[in-house]
Amino acid sequence: MMEIKDVVLGYGRQNFITAVDGVELTIKEDEIFGIAGESGSGKSTLMRAIYGDFSNGLRIVKGSITASFGDGSPVDSRQMKAHWWDRVSYVPQGSMSVLNPLMRIEKQLLDGLPQRKRSGNRRERRRELASFLERLDLEESVLDAFPHQLSGGMRQRVLVAIAAFVDPRLILADEPTTALDVVVQKRILLMLVEIQRQLRNTLVLVSHDLGVHYQVTDRIAVMYRGKIVEVGPTDQIFANPQHEYTQRLISSLPRLHRGVSDGGGET
Amino acid sequence: MTAPPLLSVDGVTRDFRRGGLITGKTLRAVDDVSFTLGGKPQVFSIVGESGSGKTTLARMVLRLVAPTAGTIMLDGRPLHAKGKDRMDDFAFRRMVQPIFQNPFEAFSAYIPVADYLRITALNLKVADDREQADAIAGEALGLVGLSAKGVAGKYIRQFSGGELQRLSVARALVTKPRLIVADEPVSMIDASLRMSIVNLFRQITDQQGVSFIYITHDLSTAYYLSDTVSIMHQGRMIESGSPAEILANPRQAYTRTLLAAVPDTTRRWPEIDAINRTWRGQPAGQEA
Repeated sequence: MMEIKDVVLGYGRQNFITAVDGVELTIKEDEIFGIAGESGSGKSTLMRAIYGDFSNGLRIVKGSITASFGDGSPVDSRQMKAHWWDRVSYVPQGSMSVLNPLMRIEKQLLDGLPQRKRSGNRRERRRELASFLERLDLEESVLDAFPHQLSGGMRQRVLVAIAAFVDPRLILADEPTTALDVVVQKRILLMLVEIQRQLRNTLVLVSHDLGVHYQVTDRIAVMYRGKIVEVGPTDQIFANPQHEYTQRLISSLPRLHRGVSDGGGET
Repeated sequence: MTAPPLLSVDGVTRDFRRGGLITGKTLRAVDDVSFTLGGKPQVFSIVGESGSGKTTLARMVLRLVAPTAGTIMLDGRPLHAKGKDRMDDFAFRRMVQPIFQNPFEAFSAYIPVADYLRITALNLKVADDREQADAIAGEALGLVGLSAKGVAGKYIRQFSGGELQRLSVARALVTKPRLIVADEPVSMIDASLRMSIVNLFRQITDQQGVSFIYITHDLSTAYYLSDTVSIMHQGRMIESGSPAEILANPRQAYTRTLLAAVPDTTRRWPEIDAINRTWRGQPAGQEA
């Protein structure tokens, strides 16, 4: 689904600052792929480059990022913009940064739909949307709300629903639950997992929280100072971390259920 | 006569008015909360989500906000008393010290961070002169594993979040307090450094005899660190007990919900396996 080849990313021209330094990665169809790392590790920069958001001086100076959506030729991340909110959708950390505060949810949703989702008249589209939301446990009334009338957790759930409604092949979520309480966080993470399993697409999840990765991801890459130090199936990495940094990260986690053996999923 | 408890919070309520005098509403941020910190020095955690009232409660203990009802006694004296009964501000601040969430905001970018230790010692009159203040600062830095030489003259941007929070602890220790109130002290700190700060709190409690009120949304660190864990929900302290007690036998439904939502790395949420069974016919992590 996604080939990242020896990519070097950074900011600026004369005083170029390297943020991602030689990353090599393959992300598969039908998986939840996690990118873990602490502040300054380069995980968000890598995510922005995958999404093809080369604003604010972000540049790709070496290597390539290519996605294939299974219908047509591969797409270089520099051309990814043409597929935003179509083949690719994005769930950012703060929902207020993408939702227009002056527009009701329904309007911003329907206005942004890709061509292939624009069948029927407005009423039919709304009905389709409402039943989609209902399946995700969201009431139709959120469509008539302005963003500020919804709580932070509710806005984020609406955003995840919007991201899923366009039936994308790739959903990118950058710290989607960081500012939220754990109870709401769990709801949103379960929603993301359910959507991915249902659509059989690819979900890439960036988080600094290893607990989040342990709960939801199939595979995980651990980033440290711009490089990927370790990548593999999540259960395997938690049970048997190879790199010294990953070991340190995992051993420094406080555990609620001590005495329960690690990585319950293995045989 | 036995000594009074260090802190005794009795039926404390705090209301905030929002909006106009006639059209406005009263929001009860803290609702009839009582607890006592006595006996040997301990770590007392207050766990709650945003809006639970935990920070307002902390601010009342720090005497930054007065209760609408109820009393807080510090070392046997009413904390929020007015007039001649009121504990002198210097005496209070020597006895109770705060540590804040964001160390990058707690210190000015224009003052070397270590200077705060000297300033605190002089302002709160624990030192008579600069020389004595520096000696006290050096001692406090030693307790958190830093050296005066190593940090002298450095500004906030030259430290990591973890180092700055270590400096926050050192600054608090300058007054030789009996109680430190730490509001989300590690939530801005990277996970790999977080536990070293949490362990430092424990060490300060056990070796220096300083009690902590540890305010957090993070159950995991609270369980790891505390002698007593209390859960706050909608302004009320709904449950209190030893970490083992609450983990093994949570009495309140909300506590159970909270516990079940912690993304722990030892036990996968049963809901995830259910989703995988529905859509894939198998639990997660069993693919090639």
